[in-house]
Amino acid sequence: MENKLPTIEINERYCKGCHICVEFCPKQVLEMKGFVVAVKNLEACIKCMQCELRCPDFAIKVIP
Amino acid sequence: MAFDYEKYIRPGKLPHIWCPGCGHGIVMKGMIRAMDTLGLEKNNTAIVSGIGCASRLPGYIDCCTLHTAHGRAAAFATGVKLAKPEMTVILVGGDGDGTAIGGNHFIHACRRNIDMTYIIMNNYIYGMTGGQFSPTTPHMHKASTTPYGNPDPSFDIAKLAIGAGATFVARGTAFHANQIDKLIVEAIQHKGFSVVEILDDCPTTYGRRNKFKSVIEMMNRLKEVAVPVKAAEKMTPEQLAGKVLTGILYKEDKPEYCSEYQKVIERAGGAAR
Ligand SMILES: Cc1ncc(C[n+]2csc(CCOP(=O)(O)OP(=O)(O)O)c2C)c(N)n1
Ligand code: SF4
Ligand code: SF4
Ligand code: SF4
Ligand SMILES: [Mg+2]
Repeated sequence: MENKLPTIEINERYCKGCHICVEFCPKQVLEMKGFVVAVKNLEACIKCMQCELRCPDFAIKVIP
Repeated sequence: MAFDYEKYIRPGKLPHIWCPGCGHGIVMKGMIRAMDTLGLEKNNTAIVSGIGCASRLPGYIDCCTLHTAHGRAAAFATGVKLAKPEMTVILVGGDGDGTAIGGNHFIHACRRNIDMTYIIMNNYIYGMTGGQFSPTTPHMHKASTTPYGNPDPSFDIAKLAIGAGATFVARGTAFHANQIDKLIVEAIQHKGFSVVEILDDCPTTYGRRNKFKSVIEMMNRLKEVAVPVKAAEKMTPEQLAGKVLTGILYKEDKPEYCSEYQKVIERAGGAAR
C-alpha cells in the first residue's frame, strides 16, 4: 500500500505553462513538453502536493 | 488528497483569464480552501469586488457575487452586510482598486469596523490597464507611467489598515500558498473588519519592467522578503532591513458596526432582529 504510485492528472486545457509546478517540485517529477507540463518521473513523486497547491490554474491534481 | 476546487467554481468558467504565473489564481485557491474549512454556505456568502484583474475573482466563484465599480467594493459590501448581517461578506481586489481610487472607501470600512473580510492582492501595479504605477509601487521601481522610476514613496497596506481602525490585519504571499487559507479563515472568524494583504506577482506588467526574468524569480523574491512575525521578534533592525512581516500582524476586539447600528435602530423604536 505504501509504495502505491500516485496518479498525477494534468488538465492540458487549463495549464498555461508557467513552470511553477516544475520549479517547486522537490523531486523533479515534472517537465515542460511544449507549452504544457508533463510527468517525467512518476516513481520519484513523494506526494507532497506542492505542485497542486501552487498551480495558479487548477491544472494539476495529485491523487495519492 | 487532491482538493476538489471545482465544486466552488461556476461550471464552464475555467480556464480563468489571468496570465501564466499570475498569483491571483493562487489567492483564489486559498480563498476556496478557507471557504471549505469554514463550511461556508454558498447562499449565505457574498464576494464583492471592484475593477481590475484581481477584481475578476468573484466571477469564478459559485456563491453570491457582486462585481461593482472601480474602488467601490467596500461601499457595495457595506450595503450587503447592513441589509443581511447574517451573511459572510468577503471583499476582494487589487492594490490599485483598494488604495488608489478606492482608498477612501477602504479607510472608512476599517474605521467602522464592520464585520467583513477584505482580501487585497498587492502586485504593486495596475495590472489590467497595462502597468501604471499604483500607491504600492516601490520607490524608484518602474511602471508604464514611471519609465525612469517611481519618485513616490509607497503605502504599507497593513499599516494603513491598522491606522484606520481595522481590528484584524494579516499579510501573506502568493509564494506561501499554504498559509493563505489559514489567514483567511482567521480573518473571517474575527468579528470586525479584517484585512488580509497577499503580496502577489504580476509578471506581465510589473515583472518584465523590473528586471525579473521569470515568474519563478518573482516567486523566489516573495520567499526571500517574507519574515514571519514570530521570527522577526528575534531579529535585529539590520537583519530586518528590506524584509516584510507576514502572519497575523494585528488583532483587537472592538464594537462591531452592525451590532452598533442595531442598537441605534432599537433606540429609535425600530424592530429588534
Ligand atoms: C472609474 C475608473 N477609472 C479607471 C478605470 C481603469 N482601470 C481598470 S482596472 C484599473 C487598475 C487595477 O489595478 P489593481 O486594482 O491593482 O488590479 P490588478 O489589475 O493589478 O489586479 C484601472 C485604473 C476604471 N475601470 N474605472
Ligand atoms: S506531489 Fe510533490 S513530488 Fe509529486 S509531483 Fe507534485 S510536487 Fe513533485
Ligand atoms: S503550475 Fe499549473 S499552469 Fe503552471 S505549468 Fe504547472 S500545471 Fe501548468
Ligand atoms: S496583467 Fe498582471 S495582474 Fe493581470 S492577469 Fe496578467 S499577470 Fe495577472
Ligand atoms: Mg494591482
